[in-house]
Amino acid sequence: MPGRTLLAKIWDQHVIAQISEDTDLLHIDRHLLHDLGGSRGLLDLKSRGLKVHDPELTFATPDHAISTARGRAGTIKIGQELLAALRIETSASGIQMFDIDQPGQGIVHVIGPELGLSLPGCLIVCGDSHTCTHGGLGALAFGIGSSELTHVLATQALIQRRPKSMRVRFEGKIPLGVVAKDLILALIGHVGAAGGTGHAVEYAGSAIRSMPIEGRLTICNLSIELGAKMGLIAPDETTYEYLRGRPYAPQGEMWEQAVNAWRQLPSDRDAVFDKEVVIDVEKIIPQVTWGISPEHVIGVDGRIPDPSAIGDPARRTAVETALEYMGLQPGAPIAGTPVDWVFIGSCTNSRLSDLRAAAEIAGGRKVAAGVRAWVVPGSETVKREAVAEGLDRLFIDAGFEWREPGCSMCLAANGETVSPGQRSVSTSNRNFIGRQGPQARTHLASPASAAAAAIAGAITDVRAMGR
Amino acid sequence: MPKPFNQLTAIAAPIMRSNIDTDVIIRIERLVGNNIRGTLGKWAFGSLRYLPNGLENPDFILNREPYRQAEILVTGPNFGCGSSREGAVWSLQEMGIRAVIGSGFGDIFFANCFQNGILPIVLDKAIVDSLASEIEATQGAGRIGIDLEAQTISSPSGKQHHFEIDPRRREGLLLGLDEVALTLQRDDEIRAFQAADRSARPWIYLARKSA
Repeated sequence: MPGRTLLAKIWDQHVIAQISEDTDLLHIDRHLLHDLGGSRGLLDLKSRGLKVHDPELTFATPDHAISTARGRAGTIKIGQELLAALRIETSASGIQMFDIDQPGQGIVHVIGPELGLSLPGCLIVCGDSHTCTHGGLGALAFGIGSSELTHVLATQALIQRRPKSMRVRFEGKIPLGVVAKDLILALIGHVGAAGGTGHAVEYAGSAIRSMPIEGRLTICNLSIELGAKMGLIAPDETTYEYLRGRPYAPQGEMWEQAVNAWRQLPSDRDAVFDKEVVIDVEKIIPQVTWGISPEHVIGVDGRIPDPSAIGDPARRTAVETALEYMGLQPGAPIAGTPVDWVFIGSCTNSRLSDLRAAAEIAGGRKVAAGVRAWVVPGSETVKREAVAEGLDRLFIDAGFEWREPGCSMCLAANGETVSPGQRSVSTSNRNFIGRQGPQARTHLASPASAAAAAIAGAITDVRAMGR
Repeated sequence: MPKPFNQLTAIAAPIMRSNIDTDVIIRIERLVGNNIRGTLGKWAFGSLRYLPNGLENPDFILNREPYRQAEILVTGPNFGCGSSREGAVWSLQEMGIRAVIGSGFGDIFFANCFQNGILPIVLDKAIVDSLASEIEATQGAGRIGIDLEAQTISSPSGKQHHFEIDPRRREGLLLGLDEVALTLQRDDEIRAFQAADRSARPWIYLARKSA
């Protein structure tokens, strides 16, 4: 019998009952709620006459619909109503909510790891597709819809079909100027936006083993952009070092017990995966998207593709639509494309290491005339740590706006948008049509690349600006 | 509770571009709020359906007859990728869509369809493309037939295709089952699991906050 995968080990530990040959009722260890869907779910539950099954395993924070302006000024009316409803409904149900201005508030996928709520071997769900982020700590984590959200509130369990397994090995030494975001974008370019559909992706290889946790969270965050609703990385010493002492992580003897259990989780040497991909990271250069799907990505030294060279009609139409929407010419180099906006933030890239990487490029320089550049820290804790290091000052002196934590312009649910027709370089996860606002044009890139674009006023190779 | 789904013969609209994401199906600002159900149908595919001045885009297929009557979408690869927003399914449902046919769907969108009594059918890309061609050849007049019980669909020219579906999902759609009610019947099993798991993985079970 072949060895077992990390996925299989975590999955099997959570089976309450087998429902059919490949479908199980799974226990949910952590359920994270946010302002967009949290109160809706709790109200739905109430209307069915049901109670939250395990409020102590459920946590909430506002992130999507709140303003990120100082003092939360300008929070849209409906955002205020959702915040008020989240406060009332979580309090009535005995659910811990991390409210604005409190440590613990922030983007759900930033606070889960930061608080030690997200642990190796944990099964985590949230009504948000980027829940796969938490897989960076060795958790099995995935996004759910509103109906499943209500199901989890009512039962602390979920019926799921076991996904296929896929392993992506990032091998080699990561070149200077290249970061986790570039690795995962390059992978999406390689396998496509549906390359992982129906699979849980385990990321492995020497480049992952040497990567700090925040980079691993970025890698797992974009799993959904290659079609996989779950992405995960086996826990190791780096994971335990990151989690030790965090507020909700086990302490003392229980910590030792937990680490011993977690050491059993990594895929066995002889484990077999349904699909395998190997990426040579030494060939990767900074990446930037040019289109309307994360698979529309090239190296920053590349040229915009020509749709007339594409045989498949669906793909050709997609590329034509993309170039028209993005206002780009086939065959033109992507570097030098002028930008109007730069957004540094989101559950992909708003952690302290992301802000430091952007600051290293921005420090002592000035945002180009005509460019608006925002830095939106991922959480209250990230914000405070960054301020303690003086990063806020550094960004403000360089001409960036320093904001309060939240999702902000990643999905523009709070009314913070890129204006129609304007071009943005964003550290977020989706360059979809209208994602950052109606007719907004989004190029995804790493925090350092985004900072470089803000300074240069155009898409630019960050390696030429490194220090 | 979802409405049961059994058979359907209806106008079908091909929307064949690959990677139509759920942001394109419904924009996020339409989903901010707790009282949005019933308001979403007119905003489905908003960025494709309306011009920047708010008027209907005459080039978009669902603004043309007979496709306005469509109850089925024939879709390009990876339809419904991206965001987990169930509002994408609600908006399709509110504009009268009851089934989507494609070579592959976003995983979360796919699951959300079943939760709302919408049938997503996965077929080989060649078959999906041939369905789209047949529909276009009849200017949309040719109907697609779906028989969930028999797991078959018929093309406008009468070609029959078998489709696979998870038996549990099929039963759920045929009967319009409510998953929450079904799982609550297993609450003893859930509590027994938790009791045993609490000694195996005590760090998972945090202290209850006094409500």
